Amino acid sequence: MGNSTVETPDLSLMAEALRREPPDSELNYLNAERGLWSWLTTVDHKRIGVLYIISILFMFFLGGMAAIVLRIELLTPERTIMSADTYNKAFTLHGAIMTFLVLVPSIPATLENFVLPLMLGAKDVAFPRMNLASWYCYIVGALVMMASLIFGGIDTGWTLYTPYSTETSGGVGLVLVGAFIVGFSSIFTGLNFIATIHKLRAPGLSWFKMPLFVWGMYATSLIQVLATPVLGITLLLLLMEKVLNVGVFDPALGGDPVLFQHFFWFYSHPVVYIMILPAMAIMSEVIPVFSRKTIFGYKAIAFSSMAIAGVGFIVWGHHMFVSGQSSLAATVFSFITFLVAIPSGIKVFNWLATMYRGSISFEAPMLYAISFLLLFAIGGLTGLFLGSLAVDVHLHDTYFVVAHFHYVMMGGSLMAFIAGLHYWWPKMFGRMYSEKWAAIACGLIFVGFNATFLTQFLMGARGMPRRYYNYLEEFQPMHVFSTVGSWFVLAGFLVMLTYLIASLRKKKADAPGNPWGARTLDWEETSSPPIAHNFHHTPVVTHGPYDFYPQESGR
Amino acid sequence: MSESSATLNQQQTQHPFLQHHFTDAEQQFDASKIGMWLFLVTELLLFGGLFVAYGILQSMHPEAFVEAHHHLDRTLGAFNTGVLLLSSFTMVMAVWAAQVSKRKALIVNLSITLVLAGGFLVVKYFEYAHKFYDGLLPGSFYTFEGGTAANQHIFFSFYFMMTGLHGIHIVLGMIAMGWLLRRAIRGDFSARYFTPVDLVGLYWHLVDLIWIYLFPLLYLVG
Repeated sequence: MGNSTVETPDLSLMAEALRREPPDSELNYLNAERGLWSWLTTVDHKRIGVLYIISILFMFFLGGMAAIVLRIELLTPERTIMSADTYNKAFTLHGAIMTFLVLVPSIPATLENFVLPLMLGAKDVAFPRMNLASWYCYIVGALVMMASLIFGGIDTGWTLYTPYSTETSGGVGLVLVGAFIVGFSSIFTGLNFIATIHKLRAPGLSWFKMPLFVWGMYATSLIQVLATPVLGITLLLLLMEKVLNVGVFDPALGGDPVLFQHFFWFYSHPVVYIMILPAMAIMSEVIPVFSRKTIFGYKAIAFSSMAIAGVGFIVWGHHMFVSGQSSLAATVFSFITFLVAIPSGIKVFNWLATMYRGSISFEAPMLYAISFLLLFAIGGLTGLFLGSLAVDVHLHDTYFVVAHFHYVMMGGSLMAFIAGLHYWWPKMFGRMYSEKWAAIACGLIFVGFNATFLTQFLMGARGMPRRYYNYLEEFQPMHVFSTVGSWFVLAGFLVMLTYLIASLRKKKADAPGNPWGARTLDWEETSSPPIAHNFHHTPVVTHGPYDFYPQESGR
Repeated sequence: MSESSATLNQQQTQHPFLQHHFTDAEQQFDASKIGMWLFLVTELLLFGGLFVAYGILQSMHPEAFVEAHHHLDRTLGAFNTGVLLLSSFTMVMAVWAAQVSKRKALIVNLSITLVLAGGFLVVKYFEYAHKFYDGLLPGSFYTFEGGTAANQHIFFSFYFMMTGLHGIHIVLGMIAMGWLLRRAIRGDFSARYFTPVDLVGLYWHLVDLIWIYLFPLLYLVG
């Protein structure tokens, strides 16, 4: 495969070959088998990754439309287009879909599924059938959740706080069952990837020669395996509370509702690191490749991933500063929360140091990566405000919190997912997309996102509570501004959808094996798209993942 | 391509259960073992949540837990503990038999383990039936009258949730052992390939271990 200068003359031959009935050597994972059934029964990690991408993008579309509708409702202080009840159901729908069905699996189940074995020089993940089972768990769980969210409608918010969630009628029970099943898909993914990283590395690929993407995903997988079962038992307990009135969370029966919050956040805080660590992992690939420079502080980035995974488990109490935990507990949780900023800061500064004096080029993945850096910096810093006890009492449950976690989750996690999608798109489908339109979409999303959520910081600081249907008239200008911003984001995503579909519809596979000149196995040793078994021969790793040399910078 | 598929075929004739994406049987065994241990970790955390909830509510209502636990039959609980410990021993013997290619010993030991697991469930059935009869049921279904301490229903909530979840794991273990038995009779296992026996063995020990904690928490809490 080699670098692009060798690749270019082969391209016309390859296109020629694709027009003919492809001979054996030209088969890739997409056309090696045909028909819907071959996709639904596949155990190829690349195909499962593609299945996941389709399902998750569909869920993202649903959740995104819910957000657009919510913002339209908030154009006026009173009723705009829907009743208060529908509004409550819509924000629950938006939150539940985006966390459980989009952000948690977004990067691990899609991009990592596709790329991890390629990066490690393996033919597949360690447990291919479990990988497929994970997708089916996701689909079944998603269907159960959607059935209840759309037809029954629940209005508890995605956090499902007791005692309201156990007393309200509607489909809470089904959502619990659905989320429980989706949890299996998450555990299967994490477990599978840990075993893969441990046992299926190519000869020469020692731990500290692995691409940093793999380190980040290893940390993510650990959290998935360790945190998700706790969510599982929490959901089961809540279900039992609802069905049998067991009295664990119900104060009327001698239980403790705050215990639910502890249980819930013991999973749901680490889960935000399941969302952000993969995003950071993608950054560590995209930034050196498009800066043509070795990553700055390899080990620091690798260990900071592990540190975030570890510390992430002991900060859950910062969601509960006003829930009646002891002031000692609150103080300790506040201090540990500040600790998370250290490894996060290490990463951001290392990426900046990587870019410093590099030869930066602004292809689509890099544009999204730079958007990530800017937005994540804001999201991370405002997290420190919320981690401070006194400030949090003022800001708790306001739009400030909403803006903060959207900056981290959408500005961080989702932007990185899109950066990764653009980065590996040529590898996945063998086709390039329009750089011009990609830049336009990125601009629309970036501007629209800031318009939507910067205003929400202001509103929150002035006391606009989250999840409110009506609001004081003085907030209306900012709400309108925010809503108009969300339309820009929508426009950006529609543009993206258009040019990505246009790239898929190209007849000729026009992506070279290594269009970005990256140095990792997934780019250097496989064709675009890869063959069904990934590699013709098991590759041997002889150089580091970010060894860029000046003579190879032309691409 | 043809060369690699030739080596693939060669490997498959050498080792019938080696999957295509592993280099050799040892790599496959190690990967499976890591996977199983990680699965056991998730099981521990699943039960761990219940144990934590138990601990917190027990500390909120200590008298209720002490009074309620007298309704449990210590003798039956101790007997069942013995049954599970014995079944763990026969499971170890089954794994050993697989490792040294003793097909008959493997079948015998797996069968004994399966019977012991079934025996555990039978004893559990009688215990459950007794509680149902007395109205010692979880949460708002608790109808037993005559206790003095309040909130005794919470103890039974935990009793049924913990032993129930454990019981589900026993059933799953029995299904896995039935599958092993079928494969053992077919002659799949030998010193060269015993991974499934090993892994189900690990799982079974965990189920046993969880009961060893459940027994004192529920039966001996006074």
